[in-house]
Amino acid sequence: MSGWSTIDCDVHANVPGMAALLPYLDEQWRDSVIDRGLNSLESISYPPNAPLTARADWRGKAGEPPNTLDMLRSHALDRWAIDVAICNCLYGVQLLFSEDMAAAFAKALNDWLAAEWLDRDPRLRGSIVVPMQNTDYAVAEIERCAPDRRFVQVLVLAMGEAPLGRREYWPIFAAAERHDLPIGIHAGSSFRHAVTSLGWPSWYVEDYCANAQGFQAQVASLVCEGVFAKYPRLKVVLLESGVTWLPAFLWRLTKFWRGVRAEVPWVDRPPWEIVRDHLRLTIQPFDGPAEPHAVARLVDQLQSDDMLLFASDFPHWQFDGDAIMPAGIPQKLHSKIKRDNALATYPRLTAAAAA
Amino acid sequence: MARHVIAPLRDFPAGSRKLVDVKGRAIVVFNVNGEFFALANRCPHQGGSLVAGHLVGLIEASEPGCYRYSRRGEIIRCPWHGWEFDLRTGKSWCEPDRMRARQFAVSIAPGARLVEGPYVAETFPVRVEDDYVVLEA
Repeated sequence: MSGWSTIDCDVHANVPGMAALLPYLDEQWRDSVIDRGLNSLESISYPPNAPLTARADWRGKAGEPPNTLDMLRSHALDRWAIDVAICNCLYGVQLLFSEDMAAAFAKALNDWLAAEWLDRDPRLRGSIVVPMQNTDYAVAEIERCAPDRRFVQVLVLAMGEAPLGRREYWPIFAAAERHDLPIGIHAGSSFRHAVTSLGWPSWYVEDYCANAQGFQAQVASLVCEGVFAKYPRLKVVLLESGVTWLPAFLWRLTKFWRGVRAEVPWVDRPPWEIVRDHLRLTIQPFDGPAEPHAVARLVDQLQSDDMLLFASDFPHWQFDGDAIMPAGIPQKLHSKIKRDNALATYPRLTAAAAA
Repeated sequence: MARHVIAPLRDFPAGSRKLVDVKGRAIVVFNVNGEFFALANRCPHQGGSLVAGHLVGLIEASEPGCYRYSRRGEIIRCPWHGWEFDLRTGKSWCEPDRMRARQFAVSIAPGARLVEGPYVAETFPVRVEDDYVVLEA
């Protein structure tokens, strides 16, 4: 394992339908799903036919998204010689308003991932989907899954019920830190609030782009509420967040912090520095121009070689061909992005690599 | 560096501040509970007039939600962008090494000594029986 050269920090294992989860639900919930006729928990974040949801050349014969392990293997893992890939499940658990249901479906989802994906390919790792609707339940799910060292991260959505830095969520961060699990924040919404601060947009493109503002607000919340002061070993990974908005946003956050820092005295150094130490981002989508020199400039603005993590975002359509690494990222960073930064971010990968 | 008599002590009570002009340089002098501090009146960040700022205490935290409040009235907040400057050092809180306000020494001297010189005379008469605030600038 020490020979790992490529770690993909964001691939998606998609639940093909509610029927797939039935074997992993407790009896009461299994019967309830059938009784109520619950066919799907798909949100509108990734409509099946939207171009973003799956690259055209990866779709099945009937145009269906590539939701099988074989497709992940042939289109991504084998093709790009990926040694380890972290599977992030996006399946409506966050949409449920019932805390009990959310906990039941999160448990089923995580067990499904372990049995149907992690057990079947040693390259795969998983993120623990947690029911953020109830902090106690979320912590319990982390505790339940954490003994399985193939779970390397806790997964939440960019837009939930409340900003993530709020203290009601701190037991989740404590559990994550205790178990060497970074918090992965993935694009997506529980749709508890409008996806923009202005209200509901009309179109899908607005919804998807609004994730960047959601991520910005989460970064500000985590820093300003003092999560990293309280949990100094905690890492947060932004998944499918885009990259290029970050320097400009941090310039703004740091600038205004200087004037009102007394309101948040636990933020005792510039937000820029805190973010550099604790935050990581996956490189797809990168959201940069095609010109390599412009990409190089944007990477330079991060002022850190440690923040970017390799990710294909399979099967989402973020790039064509094999161009996962945006042209213009300096060659000297490639091995850090493809391997070293992930190992430094995910303690459970480091332990496995050293084993 | 010369010593300037800027005010009789009785005209400069605790909690007050004065803006003085010393050979074209604007200097703000504070009386904080009987202790005097003087800074260049120009904020080193963007040039705001510090005499118009609020004097605040130092708010720190050992961890989120655990506040430590000390040194009440010893920090001046620039009225323009809110940068905090420590009256005792002139240093800004956010960038203490890069951004600091120029400091000047202030002392109290009895009039009996001031009349002997070599002090710069000001626009008010110095009386031997009174104390005066003296600025080195």
